[in-house]
Amino acid sequence: MKFARLFAVVRKELRQLARDRLTFAMIVGIPTLQLLLFGFAINLDVRHLPAAVLDDANSWRSRELVAELASSQVLDFRHRVAVPQQIEDLMRRGEISAAVVIPRDFENRLEHGEAAAWQVVVDGSDQSVQAAARQLAAFPLDTLDHGPRASPRAAPARSGVEIVNFYNPERRAPINTVPGLIGVILTMTMVIFTAMAIVRERERGNMEMLIATPLSSAELTLGKVLPYIGIGLVQVTLILLLGLLVFGVPVRGSLFAVYAASLAYIGATLALGILISTIARTQFQAMQMAFFLFLPQILLSGFMFPYDGMPRAAQWLAEVFPLTHFLRLIRGVMLRGAGLDELWPSLAALAVFVIVVLTIAITRFRKRLD
Amino acid sequence: MTATNPASDASAHVLRGGDAVIVARGLTKRFGDFTAVDHLDLDVRRAEVYGFLGPNGCGKSTTIRMLCGLLTPSEGSASVLGHALPAQAEAVKRRIGYMTQKFSLYEDLSVGENLEFLAAVHELTGRAARARIDELCARYHLDELRTRLAGALSGGQKQRLALAGAVLHEPELLLLDEPTSAVDPQSRRDFWDALFDLADAGTTLLVSTHYMDEAERCHRLAILDRGRLVADGTPHDLMAALPGMTLRVECTTPRRVQQLLAREAHVVGVAQIGADLRVLSDRRDDGDTWLRGRLAEAGIDARVERAPANLEDVFVAATRTPRGSAP
Repeated sequence: MKFARLFAVVRKELRQLARDRLTFAMIVGIPTLQLLLFGFAINLDVRHLPAAVLDDANSWRSRELVAELASSQVLDFRHRVAVPQQIEDLMRRGEISAAVVIPRDFENRLEHGEAAAWQVVVDGSDQSVQAAARQLAAFPLDTLDHGPRASPRAAPARSGVEIVNFYNPERRAPINTVPGLIGVILTMTMVIFTAMAIVRERERGNMEMLIATPLSSAELTLGKVLPYIGIGLVQVTLILLLGLLVFGVPVRGSLFAVYAASLAYIGATLALGILISTIARTQFQAMQMAFFLFLPQILLSGFMFPYDGMPRAAQWLAEVFPLTHFLRLIRGVMLRGAGLDELWPSLAALAVFVIVVLTIAITRFRKRLD
Repeated sequence: MTATNPASDASAHVLRGGDAVIVARGLTKRFGDFTAVDHLDLDVRRAEVYGFLGPNGCGKSTTIRMLCGLLTPSEGSASVLGHALPAQAEAVKRRIGYMTQKFSLYEDLSVGENLEFLAAVHELTGRAARARIDELCARYHLDELRTRLAGALSGGQKQRLALAGAVLHEPELLLLDEPTSAVDPQSRRDFWDALFDLADAGTTLLVSTHYMDEAERCHRLAILDRGRLVADGTPHDLMAALPGMTLRVECTTPRRVQQLLAREAHVVGVAQIGADLRVLSDRRDDGDTWLRGRLAEAGIDARVERAPANLEDVFVAATRTPRGSAP
């Protein structure tokens, strides 16, 4: 490995990048767009579910319950029905996602403290609706005992489960989403950029000229990906700044730890990109492979769905993905103020990933055409 | 592999020949079932311009790539500048220049930036690199184009840039794969002058082409057909040894006569040149009298006379020869 040759490749790559307006726009555009999309649009708190109510009791207490449910804004009562069959029809047609059924002996059941005083029927085909139903089931019925003027929020929940929200008491989605987005955006851009940058040389015929020179494969590969480490760090900075300015997402841990974790993860994405570049023959193939790896990572890493809720097999698979480990790192540092020493298993997992994948990639990269 | 070790054969030849730059014995490359290069024997001497003549897909590019160390031979041995291939490919790469068939420098870098990059790759830096780049830009008329992006150059300009890039590190052997396929005739002439300048300075050149006029300018050449070497020697020797007779036929209905002669057993090739027909017969000694007889039989009024052989006749004769009887 000669430094002069390595530097020549880096300088060439930077010059090309500076002229490639599309890539340049993607470096800044993808993080900005994704952050705003995820931050504003994706909100897992369900509100205003279209619903129907079947009130057989028709007492002041049952009417009070319906009014309280309506004021919680989780349900939006659009239909008042008389028989259960109507609920089924409405739900099948997609007009409602939930229905509240209050039986004729509602008062009686309340008095005797029977388990199910009332019933919520939900469209179980939608996960988020199910989650909302669970929220409803914990609805504090005590308020009804205290008369119509009592506020439901002031009353303790009768179910005995009190939910205490650490780190995100306002339950704001961006707090949880933005640190994860650093990982998602790096996965998306870094893997594609590096894989394409190397495959492009092959596709445009430059590789044939390059491999007929003394340039070694390590010099070429390293020289091509080094600029992308810088780009990755620029993206991290951009997301942190936007997260702070637009969504007020704090960095509770040290900034050094955030960048150290990001650097480790950038290493993992670059290794993956290099590996793809040794397999793909065209830029299009490289893009496809990058997406093939991108989707399961997004779904299983804990970015979209909680890791603990996944089946065992999916958890094992998730452990292989670098994004899973990075999410643990970055959430720990940014939201819980943890130090890298406390999160070392994730850091070690990333290091192992980089070493293994890079080794495979370098043994695959041959300085030949066949 | 045969019982004798081809690798030692090739290196032994280098020791004997002394000035041999490329020695290949039984060089073969297969891609699956397809044999791209079929037991090729090759000897290229120092400072000569050696031509590879053949149709597309005859194995010219594959052979050049094997000699550059870019492809591993399936069988046989090759030695370039005294280094055995593919074992010492990296050593070969330092001493050769390779000009690819397709323009392979960076179209989104300027002429100067491309040359700077190549200089650094060849570990030429600072003042030495600047001096060499200045020299090349002057020699290949790239001075006014230095800040222009390579992608914005014309075919001839791109080719001059590619040549400058390939000789930047002053290689002893320069391999060029159809270097003139995308340029106009004037640029081709200038380009060949540049090649002869390099040969005069002691560089050995291996050039593949499918242009007869270019092949004729080589010191020696090899004719390749379907991966096999079907003829080699100096253009003059090849023309002198033409196994047949070239005839010029003047007649009033050249198209009809051409169709008639194409079916004849002793006619190897017929081509219309202007109003005349150029016929290559495999009857080396009495081709003209035989042809007059055949045309008279067919009731065609024509004048037949001998014509000097050219390289195209050699090429047609060599590539039409049945595979079994190839030299």
